[in-house]
Amino acid sequence: MRKYTPKDSVQKKAYYTDRFWVAPKVPTSSVATDESFSATLESVSKVVEVKESYIQLSQMVLKIDAKDNIKTLQALKDDGYDMCSELSATDYLARDGEFEIFYQMLSVSKAKRVRVLCRIKPTEAIESTVPLFKSANFAEREMYDMFGIYVNNHPYLKRLIMPDDWSGHPLLKTYPLQGDETASWYEVDKIFGKEYRDVIGPENRDPAKIDRYDTKRFSRVGYEVGFGTDISQGESETKIEYSTTILVDYNKSQKQLKERK
Amino acid sequence: MQQTNKLSPFFENLNFERHDNAMVINFGPQHPSAHGQLRLVLELAGEEVVKALPDIGYLHRGIEKMAENMTYNEFLPTTDRLDYIASTANNYAYALAVERLIGVEVPRRAKVIRTMLLEVNRIISHLFFVATHALDVGAMSVFLYAFREREFAMDLMEDYCGARLTHSAVRIGGVPLDLPRDWITNLDKFCDKLLHELEHTYEALLTENRIWKMRLENVGVLTPENALSWGCTGVMLRGSGICYDIRKEEPYELYGELDFDIPVSTTNDSYGRYRLYMEEMKESVKILRQLIGMYDSTEPQLMAHAPQYISAPKEEIMTQNYSLMQHFVLVTQGMRPPVGEVYAPTESPKGELGFYIKSEGEPYAYRLKCRAPSFYHTGLLQEILVGTYLADVVTIIGSTNIVFGEVDR
Repeated sequence: MRKYTPKDSVQKKAYYTDRFWVAPKVPTSSVATDESFSATLESVSKVVEVKESYIQLSQMVLKIDAKDNIKTLQALKDDGYDMCSELSATDYLARDGEFEIFYQMLSVSKAKRVRVLCRIKPTEAIESTVPLFKSANFAEREMYDMFGIYVNNHPYLKRLIMPDDWSGHPLLKTYPLQGDETASWYEVDKIFGKEYRDVIGPENRDPAKIDRYDTKRFSRVGYEVGFGTDISQGESETKIEYSTTILVDYNKSQKQLKERK
Repeated sequence: MQQTNKLSPFFENLNFERHDNAMVINFGPQHPSAHGQLRLVLELAGEEVVKALPDIGYLHRGIEKMAENMTYNEFLPTTDRLDYIASTANNYAYALAVERLIGVEVPRRAKVIRTMLLEVNRIISHLFFVATHALDVGAMSVFLYAFREREFAMDLMEDYCGARLTHSAVRIGGVPLDLPRDWITNLDKFCDKLLHELEHTYEALLTENRIWKMRLENVGVLTPENALSWGCTGVMLRGSGICYDIRKEEPYELYGELDFDIPVSTTNDSYGRYRLYMEEMKESVKILRQLIGMYDSTEPQLMAHAPQYISAPKEEIMTQNYSLMQHFVLVTQGMRPPVGEVYAPTESPKGELGFYIKSEGEPYAYRLKCRAPSFYHTGLLQEILVGTYLADVVTIIGSTNIVFGEVDR
């Protein structure tokens, strides 16, 4: 039987799993243990409903509804979190059918960091945070490019890193590491057209590949033939004449050579 | 797609020839001052930039995708290719994120060595900045002098790890090697040399140079509000009068114990940023001198002891059966960090470099996001370039100090 590979995630899997092994968790603590964070949480909870909040590795994590993202970030901004240092998504489509979007916030005055997490379905779009933080301009474009998450009211939602006419979103778990079929024919399709796929042939990614019958790029010692000769029917052995002048005779010691001179 | 029935020159959907007075210039991706593969589409009114559109992705290698398909230790050498001017800073940022995730404490000697390497890399990167920035603006000789000193710093890195550009000199849980003999002496000599050259060559050539000042002063003005809003970090943020250095505010490694200052400039322009780079090099020398004193008093242990995640030292692997077994499992399967997520910010020479890692308890990271400072500084170009003159565009790009390895990832 052929090995079963799940279609919803083509990423590399651990080849050995112990089904009785329970992965430990990174310890979390309650927000109440930190004064600054609990004050922030209080001011955020006045505006939106915070589903879950905890401190993990000295950063506060807030889980909110995706519709409240603008309100939450505005509340955080009012509270001193004046930089959105990172924003992107994680693909949980296979497990939960959702994307998780995170906003990594920094307060320059307090030297504290808060992470806001929200989840959306692939059919939904998230509201753009560019009016609050201009850094979201590039970050949201990258998120759209990599995951295909639509961002409402973004000033210029266009692919950022991949070419405009690329198909597929590379960071999805369904997208293979080596690229899909369209990716492998991208240049050929674009420059020559789809009908030339057969003429040009698939790309060879093996830099050490040797074609035995290619006499334009390879030759065999003892079987030298003319450039581009067809040798598929076999080739005749060529006698090679080596130079007979001995410059240094390694069979004799250097002392003897000196004596001869 | 190209439409052959159109006669005016265009690329994709951009018409370069216009019927009004405006002109559209395609700057890059092969422009020598584009610091790699930056393509800028500039709309000009006369000499003034009306609209700027940075276009990136010409160096995209899918490093975040690769991280999801590699074990944690396998991925470390890949981080060299992010900011290839200062590779150790990337290795370290990644190692720090994983260490926080698995919760190991690095031995003190490893900390000293790592901090030394980070500061040597900061000097390498800053010298590179001064060199290329001066070259972009037109001061060719500074480029040659700065590369001479950079060569000495790279020799130090080569002595330590054997590589000059892609160091991989940091491991998850410590460092692989102790400092070679005479390394500290050479480092001390290099510090003397650098301080001397900073004062007598670079600053003497540039700081009070009339042309340099005319080209840099009041060019690329970045207000503090914009710097925060665009996510600028590092010198870009401190050049706008906001004193925020992760080494001071959220200390990692030995930075909490070291005595150094954070230079801040309130001029908001390229000249202020240039001055900051020069000052930061002096601070790095100050840090290195303190670390030299700390090195001798440390224990010789180099890698953290956490058998579940990190292989034992070579002697133990070769002598003890259980260590060998652990090592075998870690090499063939990879470490499995606990379930959770971490974002570890570090102050790389370019700004805030952080890795966001989401672990699901697998040997492969479920999601790894690299927060690269240059990415956000490139985004800033679309605002900061508007209203400046075409001749200043190169100065401003140089002043942001972007490296395309980490912009495109």
